[in-house]
Amino acid sequence: MSVLKRLNDPQLGREMIKKVKEQAAQLAGHLGRAVALMEVCGTHTMAISSTGLRSLLAGLVELRSGPGCPVCVTAAGDIEQMIALARMPGVTVATFGDMVRVPGVLSSLERERAGGARVQIVYSPVDAVALARDKPDQEVIFLGMGFETTAPMVALSINQANNLRLTNFSVYSVHKLVPPVMRALLGAGEVKVDGLILPGHVCAITGSEAFAFIGEEYGIPAVVTGFTPVDILDALHILLNKIQTGDNRVVNGYRWVVRDDGNLQAQSAIKNCFYLGDAIWRGFGVVNGSGLLIGEKFAHYDAMRKFTAERLDDAAEPQGCRCGELLRGLISPGDCPMFGHPCTPASPVGPCMVSSEGACAAYYHYR
Amino acid sequence: MSVVLLAHGDGGLLTRELVEGLFLKYFKSPLLRQFSDAAVFNWPGSRLAITTDAFVVDPIFFPGGDIGKLAICGTTNDLAVSGARPRYITASFTIEEGFALADLEKMVASMAVACAEAGVDMIAGDTKVVPRGHLDKLFITTTGIGMVPEKLDWGYHRPVPGDAVLVNGSLGNHGLTILAARENLGLTGALASDCAPLNNIINLLQEQCPGIKMMRDLTRGGLSTAAKEIAEACGLDLCLREDALPIDQAVRGAADILGLDPLYLANEGKFLAIINPAQAAKAVDILKQNAYGRDAQVIGEVCAGKGNVYLQTTLGGTKILGLLAGQPLPRIC
Repeated sequence: MSVLKRLNDPQLGREMIKKVKEQAAQLAGHLGRAVALMEVCGTHTMAISSTGLRSLLAGLVELRSGPGCPVCVTAAGDIEQMIALARMPGVTVATFGDMVRVPGVLSSLERERAGGARVQIVYSPVDAVALARDKPDQEVIFLGMGFETTAPMVALSINQANNLRLTNFSVYSVHKLVPPVMRALLGAGEVKVDGLILPGHVCAITGSEAFAFIGEEYGIPAVVTGFTPVDILDALHILLNKIQTGDNRVVNGYRWVVRDDGNLQAQSAIKNCFYLGDAIWRGFGVVNGSGLLIGEKFAHYDAMRKFTAERLDDAAEPQGCRCGELLRGLISPGDCPMFGHPCTPASPVGPCMVSSEGACAAYYHYR
Repeated sequence: MSVVLLAHGDGGLLTRELVEGLFLKYFKSPLLRQFSDAAVFNWPGSRLAITTDAFVVDPIFFPGGDIGKLAICGTTNDLAVSGARPRYITASFTIEEGFALADLEKMVASMAVACAEAGVDMIAGDTKVVPRGHLDKLFITTTGIGMVPEKLDWGYHRPVPGDAVLVNGSLGNHGLTILAARENLGLTGALASDCAPLNNIINLLQEQCPGIKMMRDLTRGGLSTAAKEIAEACGLDLCLREDALPIDQAVRGAADILGLDPLYLANEGKFLAIINPAQAAKAVDILKQNAYGRDAQVIGEVCAGKGNVYLQTTLGGTKILGLLAGQPLPRIC
């Protein structure tokens, strides 16, 4: 059996669930409550919902979502800025699809597109460079969002635009880094979790050691893992063990993808293009040193400098929307009074109901 | 400002809102309220089914088919799943100025092949050309008419708890193929649309398996959307099993990479049938002997309930499937 098949093997999965449930029951009995774990990454949130793991572990393990959905953590002010960019004449905004339906205060990129704005969904920032090359009369602005995972590709595309000497390409960079926001989250002390499931893809870039501080400074065990049912169950098994034994060192449970020191080439691509700045996160406000801003060398590809005099202070959150608290792990989607009515994937109030990695969408689709 | 969004045309929740909130406000025929793939009605001496569809697929040529073949298959399949034997078809072509005549001929020839396979005659047509830039290359609208066997009684009123739910093969191929071809994702190698006329195999099933109670084709919105609509219209639950769902490895892999769920992706050669459980195995056997049913599977059963679709995951958990809401969007990372 191939490794990939093995990782999706239902028989193995069912055996592991049995074991994890026994372990969790024992630990929950000892704690006098369900074990509280947080999955940081939106893709984990989706996988946990879509495999039915959440319902299988209900009552024993409470799985909270964290700030790991790139669209969801994009600040309301940045959304307004992106909508304003799309409205500018002669501009084509190129973006990942998830962003198109995120509601701003009065509009969204989807509505702007219906009103005549040029909003182009791309699957890679490199496609946006090709678009700029093919449409020299248009200013192509790529909405650069995401974490350590997407930033290297954006760095690459800026380099490519530079090699092509394009003057009609720029990036609105709201890239964010996960370790600083985890520090902000845990440092605030609002959320009480017994263990963390770390984002496998982000760790592939940063390395698992970038998250060692979670155990060292906050005394919480954490495991890096992949996205198949067997990966996640394995992480739960390790975490439950570590909680029981009080061992707080970070564990790399995704060794075939993640190195302790990460992907050095991707890290250097990021360093070459971006500098560390402050970023505004939905739900958190300003998190120092958590943003990747385009460096001086490539200033002419920075849409913020090219088109916007200054960054907007954070705009108003959609009224009644509790995405912010959700992203801080304080509530579950079901705790928001708008969940399911009026907020649905068809008419989302907040970004967590839009994105395919958003916790509200995951809970809604797979109730 | 209230405007039409792309999502109003994706066959999911917003499409339904538009149909119920706007079109049905003005058009009141009870036939329109059947909410089925084709309207079935009595005509002196016979029972007829009629359906109409617009095709706007981009790209117009894709692995496994083209917009012309799709137009014939889509319309004949809508008739066939309504129990009709498709007989006649009409087509209206709206063409962008500058469209290559060679491409037009290639596409029309492919329509003719599909008509011959389905056994339908093209009997009327219309051609309009619009200035360059007023539409994207070519849109086709087809209308089909078919005869419904007199005693046939398929519909949402038939299913009862215990009935079997089956599909004729792998799910999500068309939707993913189109997405991969349109966006040049470099995934096209192993992917092809399942676009095919299903009326011959459906007619055969109709003759051999009188226990069939109803069918739906699994186009826009995929299996989930169709299953949810059936469950709601019947007032019953559908209980499906993930390990029984036929999904090609290539589709599963590509959907995984893009963060899409094959159960919400469009098919153009797939139907779902609800059948008396005593005949389910026979129906699957018949299907498996046909090129368009080789991966046929019983995927679950009808249960007492209130219009929900439950999927038992391979791990033994349960999740609810619903209507597609918004176009399937690939995730960021």
